[in-house]
Amino acid sequence: MRMILLLLLLAVTPLKAEIYNINQLDLSNYQGKVVYLDFWASWCKPCQKSFPWMNQLLVKYPAEKFTVITVNLDAESDAMHHFLSKVKADFDIFHDPSGRIAEEFKVEGMPTSYLIDASGKVVKKHIGFYTRKVDKYEREIEELL
Amino acid sequence: MSLKFHCLLLCTLLAASGCSSMGVKPWEREQLAREDMLMDADALDLAFDEHIYFSKEASSGGQGFAGGGCGCN
Repeated sequence: MRMILLLLLLAVTPLKAEIYNINQLDLSNYQGKVVYLDFWASWCKPCQKSFPWMNQLLVKYPAEKFTVITVNLDAESDAMHHFLSKVKADFDIFHDPSGRIAEEFKVEGMPTSYLIDASGKVVKKHIGFYTRKVDKYEREIEELL
Repeated sequence: MSLKFHCLLLCTLLAASGCSSMGVKPWEREQLAREDMLMDADALDLAFDEHIYFSKEASSGGQGFAGGGCGCN
């Protein structure tokens, strides 16, 4: 009975975003999983739009096969924290104030997202976020799962 | 001749490379996106500027509000 209650509690407890330093990002840790890697900033409106959808992805696809990682590019971490106090995020966030990783990934717009397959190879790049293209994004993920 | 040509080529290349790192990166647009970076961020300031411009030029507008230009308002 106690176990059931605990499981129930775990099930209803919402996932919570953890914020890490960008130096802690090691994509090899995610090998074996399909990764949706998203670059965002607090001042970017389309980024805000993508958040509920990215939260949904985590519910829709099994955690052992798929995950969402995001990189925040705000120069000031206050702006990021303020944004996160208003917008729900269930995925891990890596703060890259200098844009080092963004430079490495050749981010061309805000937001930019990358779909990385289980072997760690980037297979798709999306510049911008369009709600009308959500089905296409999901199909691309499903093809890799 | 050859030296001159090489000097010219070097200068041209140096001049051309001056433009290679222009512009801001997408993630650096944060500062440009700030509300106080708008041309018409401060209404009072804008009103002053517009008044001076109108007095000097006998025309107004072209700075983010409709109308103006004919000097008839």
